[in-house]
Amino acid sequence: DDRLLTEPLSHPDFFSVKELFTLKDLFDARVHLGHKKGCRHRFMEPYIFGCRLDQDIIDLDQTMQHLQLALNFTAHVAYRGGIILFVSRRRQFCHLVEGTARACGEYAHTRYWQGGLLTNAHIQFGPGVRLPDLLVFLSTLNNVFEPHVAIRDAAKMNIPTVGVVDTNCNPCLITYPIPGNDDSPAAMELYCRLFRMTIIRAKDKRRQSEAVEELQ
Amino acid sequence: TLRLICTTTAVQKRNVGASGPEKYTEAFIKKQIEEFNLGKRHLANMMGEDPETFTQEDIDRAIAYLFPSGLFDKQARPLMKHPTEVFPEQRKIQWGEDGRPFHFLFYTGKQSYYSLMHETYEKFLNVQKHQDQLTAQGLPLQKEKRNLAGSRWLTKIELEEMLLEKVSDDDYSRFIQLLQKLVALPCADIEEKYIQKFSKEVSVQLQKVVIEPLQHDERGVAFSTGEGKRKTARATAVVYDNGTGKITVNGIDILHYFPVLQDREQLLFPFQFLGRIGKHDMVCTVSGGGRSAQAGAIRLASAKALRSFVTEKEVEFMRQAGLLTVDPRVKERKKPGQEGPRRKFTWKKR
Repeated sequence: DDRLLTEPLSHPDFFSVKELFTLKDLFDARVHLGHKKGCRHRFMEPYIFGCRLDQDIIDLDQTMQHLQLALNFTAHVAYRGGIILFVSRRRQFCHLVEGTARACGEYAHTRYWQGGLLTNAHIQFGPGVRLPDLLVFLSTLNNVFEPHVAIRDAAKMNIPTVGVVDTNCNPCLITYPIPGNDDSPAAMELYCRLFRMTIIRAKDKRRQSEAVEELQ
Repeated sequence: TLRLICTTTAVQKRNVGASGPEKYTEAFIKKQIEEFNLGKRHLANMMGEDPETFTQEDIDRAIAYLFPSGLFDKQARPLMKHPTEVFPEQRKIQWGEDGRPFHFLFYTGKQSYYSLMHETYEKFLNVQKHQDQLTAQGLPLQKEKRNLAGSRWLTKIELEEMLLEKVSDDDYSRFIQLLQKLVALPCADIEEKYIQKFSKEVSVQLQKVVIEPLQHDERGVAFSTGEGKRKTARATAVVYDNGTGKITVNGIDILHYFPVLQDREQLLFPFQFLGRIGKHDMVCTVSGGGRSAQAGAIRLASAKALRSFVTEKEVEFMRQAGLLTVDPRVKERKKPGQEGPRRKFTWKKR
């Protein structure tokens, strides 16, 4: 059992996450497109490649690195049987995100976030609740273009976060930010597909390793 | 949690009431069901009946016999019912042994409501896809109009019962709007079964008053009966055809029973309205009330009896004249602190 948990941590890319996506895929899904120059957030400047006709372009090389780190982290969390909660407040992609969560066997929250969900969980849900071990933000802003309350709450409750940050978002409190577009349907479908594939891969590998252990 | 040192123990006690209504565990309910079944057999034994065929009605009768109670409220009397009827249906614990919740929308707080919205939206997308397929093939879209007049959507309370959790007004209105959008699409017939789960039939009942046909007595004369009431007086009238206009009340002629002209006018009004003063005989019985109330009661009874002799148009005229309406006015009760129903005691300045 100890070996099951410590073995993946020795490899840099145990779940071979790099082969799931290429730079061309990201470009075709329009992940590099950001918002206009006026909407730019100060802390996103290191991730921006440049500006063309007032529209910010995100540096896809940095996105590749961040995406690989984030997917690797989610895979490890899923391998260890952690609870993953997909959060997004975009109404267009609410159905897609809920469908992805259902397909993975994980959880989603794309509706109105009640204040005490994470911080007041024992009273809202009942004693003995298990809080999520990872929060995946497919859009960090809520419907009023302010940072989602869950980022701050997760930081308060020591829950690591993975989030897709656009050029108008604040990447400060997110543990594994992924600079990229969160507005176009193609980009969202790509992210959902990638997360789904990593989580399913990690869970399958866990089941295989457990079966191998039992045989021995 | 921080523990305050310099306070009384009463402050540190847990607020039991704040945890909400008592939660019943599955084991507790199971034990209650076993006890109920055992008690049912004991009761059947006590009453000398067969324990195998002891129904709920038998239980109720046995309890009413063994524990007679004079309490007014039926629900306050001794009760023995199956535990599923006694204890309200509650949600069991939502997560398994390893702590992972069962439902994928558990962390939203309102899992059943949001999963319902998710399903309904999925049906909506299905219908749109089907529509697109049909338009791509060039086939016409079906346009069978759903009968909207005979059905209504579920009320908020019914939805709460269905989902076993509280639904706010905004959530409910959003759900109804989504259902209406789904129904408004041309190809919504595909998801008809799903929509029927949330719509209820409203039977359009036309309360048509049945006018009884004429009866004939031994001599061959047509007659009909009517009942009327006014204040505390109750009257029954039998109106005979081919008559001379004689009216008898409780075996006494109206001239002797009602000395006052006003009461006799009230009795004759239905006949005068229809123009049949000398054509009908009437025999009535009346009890209760005072002079005027009895007259009003007989008037209503005779008007109701005359409906059988007359065309539908004239019945409508009678109804519009107010001859067929029961007068709802009764004596208002006296209230404490006042001299009468409305009159207050004399107010003295000092």
